Amino acid sequence: MRYNEKELQALSRQPAELAAELGMRGPKKGSVVKRRLVKLVVNFLFYFRTDEAEPVGALLLERCIVAREEPSGFSISFMEDPERKYYFKCCSEEQCQEWMEALHQASYEFMRRSLIFYRNEIQKMTGSPGAVRHI
Amino acid sequence: MKLNERSLAFYATCDAPVDNAGFLYKKGGRHAAYHRRWFVLRGNMLFYFEDAASREPVGVIILEGCTVELVEAAEEFAFAVRFAGTRARTYVLAAESQAAMEGWVKALSRASFDYLRLVVRELEQQLAAVRAGACPPPPLPRRPSALPPKENGCAVWSTEAPVASAALSGSEPPPPPPRRRASAPHGPLDAAPFAQLHEWYGQEIRALRSRWLTSRAQP
Repeated sequence: MRYNEKELQALSRQPAELAAELGMRGPKKGSVVKRRLVKLVVNFLFYFRTDEAEPVGALLLERCIVAREEPSGFSISFMEDPERKYYFKCCSEEQCQEWMEALHQASYEFMRRSLIFYRNEIQKMTGSPGAVRHI
Repeated sequence: MKLNERSLAFYATCDAPVDNAGFLYKKGGRHAAYHRRWFVLRGNMLFYFEDAASREPVGVIILEGCTVELVEAAEEFAFAVRFAGTRARTYVLAAESQAAMEGWVKALSRASFDYLRLVVRELEQQLAAVRAGACPPPPLPRRPSALPPKENGCAVWSTEAPVASAALSGSEPPPPPPRRRASAPHGPLDAAPFAQLHEWYGQEIRALRSRWLTSRAQP
């Protein structure tokens, strides 16, 4: 599939929601853990060799499954193949929680549901003329 | 750069909401011809297929950091998706009607994740403002999670999603809103009067709500 790689590279240089050096292992059998600079930007997870400016790769985070992998690690896989996992090793519980929560919110579909939720909540509060309100 | 293209292809053809779809002519390159392709906009991904029945996209245009503009072109109903930066590509596309072109320009201008996030954050602040301005009924049990302290002494709405109400009957509660970090600044409390807020949200929300209810009703 063709894609605009230059723009994706430019995106990897944008301010990140979260960035850290983590241990990372790919889904292929026999792959080893490597230190990578992992960077979350919008709904993409970029991973860099620690001394390089261009990412080794990117994961689009739509329809992904984020799961806890003991100890203090997590995995990312995708709905069409949940067992094919990218593994990440954090240095602490807190870091692991932080990443899992950030990844959970890093999808367009999640943002869309949030938008609908807020609008619905606002309408419930302001759209009903019968509600008693003292301002 | 490696990319999870297989997942991307599944995302292109799954049954997630589509934001726009239709035939567009895509210019191959600076001096190349136009090719008619079936385009599907989903989130911040603009996929294009050989035709509407294709199982896999020919390609995708990732829509972050771009602007959408009308262009002067030999083709009618042409518009461009332009990226910043030197040697950045500009995609010239042409619709088959004025209405289609306008629909695409509108949809593509709002397609970025960045933009959506901005809108969500703003609504989050506005909801907080509305809640702060209202005096709600007796306090609901509160989840012991991060909730900014209220200074006006009013009880606060629970952060729990409502389990069942007239509007949501028969469906599961909506997801909880994105958790605010403790360090995030609170927006200035909106001093807009109630009537203005009501009008402000009324039209847009009516449309969104009916779309939302319809989509929830589908299996």
